[in-house]
Amino acid sequence: MGFVGFVEGPLFYIAAAIFALAAAWRVFGLIRMGRKPDISPPKGSATAGFIKGNLRHFLPRGMFARRTWIHIVGGYAFHLGLFVLFFFGAFHIDFIKQYLGISWTPLPRWGFILASEIAFAGLIVLWVRRFSDPVMRLISDRDDHIGTWLTFLVMLTGCLALQQSHEVLRGIHMLFVDIWLIYFPFSRLMHAFTFVLSRGHTGATYGRKGMNP
Amino acid sequence: MSSDNKAQIAVDKFLQFTDGEVASFFEACVHCGECAEACHFYMATKDPKYTPTYKLFPMVKAYKREKAPLHSIRKMFGLLPPAVTEDELREWETLVYDSCTMCGRCTMVCPMGIDIAGTIRKMREGYAAADIVPDGLKRSVDFVEKTGSPMGVTSKALLAQVKHQEKETGIKIEVDKQGADYMAILSSMEIMGYPEIIGAYAKIFQKAGVSWTISSKAYEATNVGVQIGSGPLAKEIVTRVVDAAEELGVKYVISPECGHAYGAIRWAGPNMVGRPFKFEVVHIIELLDQLRRDGKIPAGAKDGRKMTLHDPCQIIRRGGLLKEPRRLLDESCADFVEMENAGLGNLCCGGGGGVSANPRAAELQNAAFGCKADQLNAIDGLEAVVVPCANCRTVFEEGLEEREIYNLEVLGLGELVAETLKDIEQAEG
Repeated sequence: MGFVGFVEGPLFYIAAAIFALAAAWRVFGLIRMGRKPDISPPKGSATAGFIKGNLRHFLPRGMFARRTWIHIVGGYAFHLGLFVLFFFGAFHIDFIKQYLGISWTPLPRWGFILASEIAFAGLIVLWVRRFSDPVMRLISDRDDHIGTWLTFLVMLTGCLALQQSHEVLRGIHMLFVDIWLIYFPFSRLMHAFTFVLSRGHTGATYGRKGMNP
Repeated sequence: MSSDNKAQIAVDKFLQFTDGEVASFFEACVHCGECAEACHFYMATKDPKYTPTYKLFPMVKAYKREKAPLHSIRKMFGLLPPAVTEDELREWETLVYDSCTMCGRCTMVCPMGIDIAGTIRKMREGYAAADIVPDGLKRSVDFVEKTGSPMGVTSKALLAQVKHQEKETGIKIEVDKQGADYMAILSSMEIMGYPEIIGAYAKIFQKAGVSWTISSKAYEATNVGVQIGSGPLAKEIVTRVVDAAEELGVKYVISPECGHAYGAIRWAGPNMVGRPFKFEVVHIIELLDQLRRDGKIPAGAKDGRKMTLHDPCQIIRRGGLLKEPRRLLDESCADFVEMENAGLGNLCCGGGGGVSANPRAAELQNAAFGCKADQLNAIDGLEAVVVPCANCRTVFEEGLEEREIYNLEVLGLGELVAETLKDIEQAEG
């Protein structure tokens, strides 16, 4: 078995299994820790608060925009760009179809390239800020940097593989995807799942108070 | 208590208080640092150490080391953080107590919706258990243990103030009245610093025909247990009020114009005591608003001064009473203007969460108040600011004095409502 076969075959299966099992373990671990029932008389619904809290924090607040605009622009650009390129890139849809048997209409090539550029720009803004801003420098740790670099390398090698001109370039991309998948559940990249619980808990607390700030 | 013991005691409490909610906060934080931009301590000093999420680091470290899912796999690869030490806890003490008022503004800017304020409250449980707490708060605890009040206000002192207010208003105030509908509790700061609020209650409730009383056994609303982070003490203080209220058979307990006291008894209280109360807790602002909407306390001539409202964090942002004070002010004040980002996005006064009871934090508190002072200064011709929290009010008075601003009156909402009540002749006419 060659390099490409290995990273697209056995290593990918192992990485995907580690990703799925460890991420699920971590999320269920958090849910299993539980929370004591609140017996204070509620003024509103905790469930509605859970949902509202999740939706509300997708949108930045105007009052903080002047102080946090770099993060807002970088954050939205990266996350939206990544979402679009991952779910609507033709190669990714083909890949998913190969394993799961489902597919949908991909973006045209120009759309994919545009989404990638936006995601790159956003990620670079966030990364530069991580080492240039005194607050972020103080609170960032190794995990933050590794997560950023791995994501960057997955995206970069993905661009290199875009032309499909050399199989080995696709193999290098898949190698980084595999490493990223294995690293993901043990890292802060897990915020992609845990944000639902975090926003939801706060939303539920405020929801019981009949409000949602 | 040895050094190792202290650290272990704190860590044990950290872990005890890290439930699924707190763990989800720790797991979701991406270290974006946006919370700094919402924190008045960071805004005033620009010192990165005041970044709210940074204040939680020792508790996060303990969680990652000992409780986080998959921590045993990380341990196999030597990826666990080192143990929390007493030195580290002491280094963080000022961040946990001096530079967090638990105002919750950081939650609003956080993309993950992390409740840092509520988590600091839980983190303080570890600090209090390990006895790593500021001297000022320790003194308050001593006073509470001796007198029931963090300022040492005895029932004799309360009764003297009640008598004085009876003379001022000409209205009889019944103490320990069995079967009254409402029992008012007050903060020490109100009893000693702003006793006119007792007279204001007397005027308003007489007008509304409300049957009310004050207990000579449980008059103190301030919960220093919540401020210092001692669950058992917080429970004891709430239980005192619950016992007195249930003994008198009241239907409602009125929480006063004091920020954290409302959260302590209304939202945390039943959970601390472990059962629902036999009475309802109502905030004085809620009650006044209800009485006004029921037509029982119609407004008379409005105060003509240009006024604004300070939103106490625990009553408004974390308490949910956003519209009520504004409705009252609209009918009591002829020229009401809002501060920038008023309401849910208000800036804290800088002295909540026990900071004002901690003399070590005085300079920092004053710097944080500077953000509030800037908001006040931005309103041209402002003549008065309504501050419906006795603790915030003291911070305002000190902060304005420090800045030599003498032309701005600081007043409570209850007093303003009492002063602008339609008098009986007007009402009948």
